[in-house]
Amino acid sequence: MGFLLETLLGGLMAGMLYSLIALGFVLIFKASGVFNFAQGAMVLFAALAMARFAQWLPLWLGIESRMLANTLAFVLALGVMVAVAWAVERLVLRHLVNQEPITLLMATLGIAYFLDGAGQTVFGSDIYKIDLGLPKDPLLLWPRVFEGGVLVTPEDLIAAAVAAVLVALLALFFQKTATGRSLRAVADDPQAAQSIGIGLSGIWVIVWSIAGGVALVTGVIWGSKLGVQFSLSLVALKALPVVILGGLTSVPGAIVGGLIVGVGEKLSEIYLGPHIGGGIEIWFAYVLALAVLLVRPQGLFGEKIIDRV
Amino acid sequence: MFYRENGQFKTSYRADQQIFPVRQDRIAVLVLLALAFIAVPLLASEYLLRAVGIPFLILSLAALGLNLLVGYCGQVSLGSGGFMAVGAYTAYNVFVRLPGVPLVVALLLGGLGATAVGLLFGLPSLRIKGLYLAVATLAAQFFIDWAFLRIPWFTHGSSSGSVNVSGLTVLGLPIETPVQKYLFCLALVAVFALAARNLVRGHIGRAWMAMRDMDVAAAVIGIRPVHAKLSAFAVSSFFVGVAGALWGFVHLGSWEPAAFNIDRSFQLLFMVIIGGLGSVAGSFFGAAFIVVLPIVLDQAPAWLGLPMSTALSSHLTLMVFGALIVFFLIVEPHGLARLWSTAREKLRLWPFPH
Amino acid sequence: MTSPGDVILEVRQLSLAFGGVQALSDVSFDVREHEIRAIIGPNGAGKSSMLNCINGVYVPQQGTLVFAGQSFSASGPRLTPRRMAQLGVARTFQNLALFKGMSVLDNIMTGRNLRMRSNLLLQALRWGPAEREETQHREVAERIIDFLEIQAHRKSPVGRLSYGLQKRVDLGRALAMEPRVLLLDEPMAGMNLEEKQDMCRFILDVNDEFGTTIVLIEHDMGVVMDISARVVVLDHGRKIGDGTPDQVRGNPEVIRAYLGTKH
Repeated sequence: MGFLLETLLGGLMAGMLYSLIALGFVLIFKASGVFNFAQGAMVLFAALAMARFAQWLPLWLGIESRMLANTLAFVLALGVMVAVAWAVERLVLRHLVNQEPITLLMATLGIAYFLDGAGQTVFGSDIYKIDLGLPKDPLLLWPRVFEGGVLVTPEDLIAAAVAAVLVALLALFFQKTATGRSLRAVADDPQAAQSIGIGLSGIWVIVWSIAGGVALVTGVIWGSKLGVQFSLSLVALKALPVVILGGLTSVPGAIVGGLIVGVGEKLSEIYLGPHIGGGIEIWFAYVLALAVLLVRPQGLFGEKIIDRV
Repeated sequence: MFYRENGQFKTSYRADQQIFPVRQDRIAVLVLLALAFIAVPLLASEYLLRAVGIPFLILSLAALGLNLLVGYCGQVSLGSGGFMAVGAYTAYNVFVRLPGVPLVVALLLGGLGATAVGLLFGLPSLRIKGLYLAVATLAAQFFIDWAFLRIPWFTHGSSSGSVNVSGLTVLGLPIETPVQKYLFCLALVAVFALAARNLVRGHIGRAWMAMRDMDVAAAVIGIRPVHAKLSAFAVSSFFVGVAGALWGFVHLGSWEPAAFNIDRSFQLLFMVIIGGLGSVAGSFFGAAFIVVLPIVLDQAPAWLGLPMSTALSSHLTLMVFGALIVFFLIVEPHGLARLWSTAREKLRLWPFPH
Repeated sequence: MTSPGDVILEVRQLSLAFGGVQALSDVSFDVREHEIRAIIGPNGAGKSSMLNCINGVYVPQQGTLVFAGQSFSASGPRLTPRRMAQLGVARTFQNLALFKGMSVLDNIMTGRNLRMRSNLLLQALRWGPAEREETQHREVAERIIDFLEIQAHRKSPVGRLSYGLQKRVDLGRALAMEPRVLLLDEPMAGMNLEEKQDMCRFILDVNDEFGTTIVLIEHDMGVVMDISARVVVLDHGRKIGDGTPDQVRGNPEVIRAYLGTKH
């Protein structure tokens, strides 16, 4: 019983990280109708920036405190992501305004390749550490209720807390602020939004910056757990089924989808995997998403697609 | 001046329906075929054939298959690498378990294997559309990746999925040297290209395009969406499967599942988009572009006289590749095929400007 | 005009709702073979929804549809677009719904798809029977192109044509199905006087030469009163008038809802 709970918790933690990446996808799709294949590359790029700045800042500015270095590095990395957002809007999005979705998708793939190459050129291609000064020792919870206690790491708990705060902030932003409303208008109908005076360029820079910020937070959390390396951008491919499962336009969908996928993967690996050869997590999430789509073609929380004749 | 259709009157519908109704087009295609079959093998170096010619032909076939599905029928598929894998491994199993079977038959059976899997993974397209379908097809890709890695029966006992073939012959003639391989691929690709062209000219091609453009109106005319979508998946997978079999047998000789991973799927999709959706010629243009570009980018530092570490060179290649993709999509979203047809329009009027 | 025959299409107590919106409520009327029947009414009255129900695009929650003796309802046999196409019902669309990626000729040829039988392999090889079939159906399509006077544009992509010509292609595609009943959804919308006269002529010719029954949604009262034998009037999803043009013209409810009075 304790083992099951541990597995569940582990799944929830992993799932929550998927949710963070999925969140970036959903944000950009909601506000610009673009399916951003480059989200994973953005996570890697942001993480690389953070890791390297944390290393370089003490050398450039002679800072001693780890905390200060990390904070400054975070701010600097955030600035870099805003610059990336601005560049993407200026050089790519602006010129592809009315194109088919598949063209936009391929363009984001191109951006992904570019960011991969650029990140490694500017920041290097070794494995880097992000040291947030968090206690790494695992905790054993509730040793009296469950035999031996349930194993969790503080990192995961803090990550969960951060993710929850982030989601709450974003939800508030979209629902309550004027900019948030503009974003939703633009997602609905860019031309109509333009005609009532909403500046598309500014909106897109804001959205991609927010997504960049989410990517940075995600990158920092993943990076401090696993180290920052190239395979991080492949993690994004895992987030795709999460987005699809939850519905392309739904923020709660991204969260719920991530948790379902995270738990599902862990459980299936332990209980299903040994029977059919192991290593099934490479396709489990996708097949799960596919199964859900067959029942609900728009995902769990997505908007129904209506064809008008 | 040269490209006038003046004086070429068609006196029967049959004549108007020919595959190349304009005489200059017929001549151009014949010249192209002559060059491909005769000049290239005589003049090109072995390296060029092995590094460019053969991959170009095989990937064109795959891109053609994908274009039928994505460009003509409007169903986005990101799992084409997986279908290539099915084609390759099915053909391998036939080749190894049934030694008497001729090579071409084995390859075609590989295609049929891919068709079966394609039909299976095409079924979701009846319920799911657009980007959701694209991600659903990724399920096919990853599942197939895993299946050939972990299920030994599919790979005739190989534990890691890596296999190899040798001793290929067609009607007693060996397929070993680059020239022989090139000609074999060329012959197959020419036949398949003709078949593709005929299909899109016929009523099934029109049904596919109707589904792509306006599926509700298509249903009202009496086109069955199920039949149209599944036939598109079937034919497309057949082409892609045969290409996969060719890739493994002729180009690689020995391969493992990673040869057909998601990067391959993306590569094929790039070819189709950059070449031009809904265009047979476009598939070839796109394949040429994507095959040649990395080679050019790799050699560029050497040509420009810039010394560079291989690591840096490969990073820069990624950057330039990505930037070029984006640039191309901005400049001509309809692909090289559109550029080509625009050029032909201008050629029709030459030397007059309009 | 050919004299009307027996009832070929009957709509009985049809009701259709989308979510909270009641598009059609308890509508009943019939259509006789060979006649030109108009459906008129203000915008939002449910006219297009009516055609969509007849076609099988929408499935009404209640009511029965009887076509050529066959009965379809929500509980009974289902009406699919393909079934209606096979039974001989064709239509044009308010917003065209042409296949923008194809030429005029190809668009009209898609109308022949139901009748083209050659399988994949034959088509891939373009072997004898496939080629002959293609030529045969090409002849039918060309006759329609001649009839609609769009010969010069047969190879143009439809997206490049003017609106009036696109409407003709829409009609041509429907005619290619050699239908018994032709449903026309605002065929004159957005046309100038000359184009309207042409379209009227085509519609009358089709009805005259081939005896095709025509069900027509139209806003131009002049056209409706001139060419139709009987008229159905819808308002807010209900039928408020049914009869000859003169009868409907005099109906006070119709005047109030739609036609208006002289001030």
